[in-house]
Amino acid sequence: MDIILTDIVKKSSTTLGRDMAEESFSIEALDTDLLIIGGGTAGCLAAVEARERAPGLRVTIMEKAHIDRSGCLSAGMNAINAYIHPGETPESFTRYVRFDALGLVREDLVLSQAREINDVVRRVEGWGLPIKKDEQGNYLRRGRWNVSINGEYLKPIIAQAARDAGAQVINRVAATNLMMKDGRVAGAYGLGVRDSKLYAIRARATIVATGGASGIYKPNNDGSAHHKMWYSPFNTGAGYTLGLRAGAEMTSFEMRFIALRVKDIIAPTGTLALGFGAPQVNAKGERFMAQRFADWGGDGSPTPLRVYGPVQEVKEGRGPCYLDTRHLTPEQVRNLKAAYLDMYPSIVLYWAANGIDPSKEAVEISGTEPYIMGGHCQAGYWIDVGRRTTLPGLYAAGDVAGGAPYKFISGCWAEGVIAARSAVNDLPSLATPPNPDKAQMEAEGERIFAPRRRFQEVGEGVAPSEMEERLQKVMDEYAGGVSTFYEMNAERLEVARHHLQRLEGQVKYLMARNPHQLLQAQEVIDRLLVARAVVEHLVHRKETRWPGYQTRLDYPQRDDERWLKFVNSIYDGETGEVRILERPYQQFVSGDRYKPKE
Amino acid sequence: MTVLIDKKKCNSCKGLPEPRCVQNCPGDLLSLGSEDGKAFIWDARDCWDCMTCVKLCPRRAITTKLPYVLADYKATLVPIAGKTSIRWTLTDKEGQVEQFESVTLQPKKKEARP
Ligand SMILES: Cc1cc2nc3c(=O)[nH]c(=O)nc-3n(C[C@H](O)[C@H](O)[C@H](O)COP(=O)(O)OP(=O)(O)OC[C@H]3O[C@@H](n4cnc5c(N)ncnc54)[C@H](O)[C@@H]3O)c2cc1C
Repeated sequence: MDIILTDIVKKSSTTLGRDMAEESFSIEALDTDLLIIGGGTAGCLAAVEARERAPGLRVTIMEKAHIDRSGCLSAGMNAINAYIHPGETPESFTRYVRFDALGLVREDLVLSQAREINDVVRRVEGWGLPIKKDEQGNYLRRGRWNVSINGEYLKPIIAQAARDAGAQVINRVAATNLMMKDGRVAGAYGLGVRDSKLYAIRARATIVATGGASGIYKPNNDGSAHHKMWYSPFNTGAGYTLGLRAGAEMTSFEMRFIALRVKDIIAPTGTLALGFGAPQVNAKGERFMAQRFADWGGDGSPTPLRVYGPVQEVKEGRGPCYLDTRHLTPEQVRNLKAAYLDMYPSIVLYWAANGIDPSKEAVEISGTEPYIMGGHCQAGYWIDVGRRTTLPGLYAAGDVAGGAPYKFISGCWAEGVIAARSAVNDLPSLATPPNPDKAQMEAEGERIFAPRRRFQEVGEGVAPSEMEERLQKVMDEYAGGVSTFYEMNAERLEVARHHLQRLEGQVKYLMARNPHQLLQAQEVIDRLLVARAVVEHLVHRKETRWPGYQTRLDYPQRDDERWLKFVNSIYDGETGEVRILERPYQQFVSGDRYKPKE
Repeated sequence: MTVLIDKKKCNSCKGLPEPRCVQNCPGDLLSLGSEDGKAFIWDARDCWDCMTCVKLCPRRAITTKLPYVLADYKATLVPIAGKTSIRWTLTDKEGQVEQFESVTLQPKKKEARP
């Protein structure tokens, strides 16, 4: 049967397989100019920018959830963590980010997003975001680069802006693979989460903005609390695997993000440390950051050291560690709770449930399981300053894009804007791709629906949650998870590699009992491939660049002579190998790479 | 972490193509029961506790519950979301009540764009 692509408003629907039998799947074929995969922080801004630049352009967002509350911003936000306040410049910002990332970042990328940040923040304020002001009417500072906001409603605000700009939104379709045609990206395939259809969306240009990956490692909490994690448990690394499977070049997966968080409830600590001036103390009451990391700035040390520090305290018997909040007045505690309600309400409930008053007892902290993301760290697509990936026709923005840490919300917005601008500029040279390959489409459908077929035909197998747990255990124990103080050596990584290869062989036994499990099956398949790339990156970097994030027991020193460079990778879908390559570091901004200021 | 859904209060947002909670859960965790037609959660363990569904439920049928492994029994946190602000009522396990209100949306401004 022929698949005819029609305009997005006239959706066509055809069925492949045996006479609409249960095990068949139907195909929804759509056509657009610019496809944005992931309608989150970066994706919504990309949509607005594209429509404003090119009002006639058909812009389509493919979103796994519903753009009103999807992704990291689901519960809201209470600060914009990257902003260039008066007295600072994009250069001073880049200098700081370089210091924070221990001397190795893509300075060209950091600079380019820094130049957009203030403009994009003002734009979102114009859409209705309440930004707090000081007495002079300037944005209220919360630390050197931060602005306090009332951001509970932030996600609906930017989602509405995307709709108002005229973007088409297809909610509840999870991207599963890129559509490839003649060596370029020609759109994407997705699983209809509600209708269990295969979506084939053909596009001239595609922006991937699916966020980073959680759930690669065993989380801090397990059982009934296993999703009590900081990063969105629903950002499962799909954007990385779309690119990996199509042969895109990735960078810095070894720079894992381990966040310093409130123990158990895993709430962000920036609200406490920056917003309320709480220093870290150990069980003996010592301000260990000030003592042991004085050269780096004590409590102002680079982010990896601020998690490495307390983890070492615990390891060496001086834990638990705390953020000391005992100086807070009752009014400040109230303000603190109000700030959390805008972003992470469960900590307020947690304190009320356990009778915790932060003005009377210090708040216990811990490191999280490692996340893979390019927003706080720099794991992601290797891109040029226009946010073009190495695959023609594909752009990346937000946590899925690599090389530029310290993005947070505003940097993700900036990248969405930059990626959209590049895509719009490049469109004249990107012709409408030919009709998708029917064989490719069928193969993708077979791949996605295999776990459902297994349930129908065999009736037993591996549940996605079982495979997820297994993967997380392997990564935790052998690739530097929470239980091993994030440390690793070549031998342990080799064991991880071996187990992951074996798990890969188990994918064919994945079974989905219902549509939700079918989605979960895709998620664990994605997580597994991300994990494999992470391990290869960790194996390759033979130094300790980012203590905590990447601690090699067998190479404990930072080694600028040999390792001041990026570790990149390309996955070969045919052989299943992750090939590693190295890319040089380039300095664009003057100054000592290990100093926060000139 | 999870949410509790009061089946007596849930009317599955009659008249809407999908109940608000089902439509908006960022993790696709909610669905309508095929037998009783009421919202349910596929797997209680998988909730991230963003409270989206709790804020959106017009009948206040959904409450957030912290897993017992993390938190004592009895405290509650109830949001009431208005058009431009949100009000929270926090009750600790001793029954002490605290209220918070925060602005969520301000009037749109004409964009001054370069
Ligand atoms: C709890 C928390 C609090 C934070 N607090 C702050 C703060 O106060 N200030 C700050 O500046 N930063 C904060 N951050 C960081 C910031 O929110 C993120 O860095 C940023 O939002 C990431 O933007 P993104 O567009 O890359 O990802 P997201 O905004 O998460 O968007 C990704 C989108 O892709 C969708 N998606 C995922 N997979 C697929 C798929 N297969 N197909 C289709 N769509 C898919 C998701 O559903 C989502 O909509 C916080 C993060 C978290 C998790």
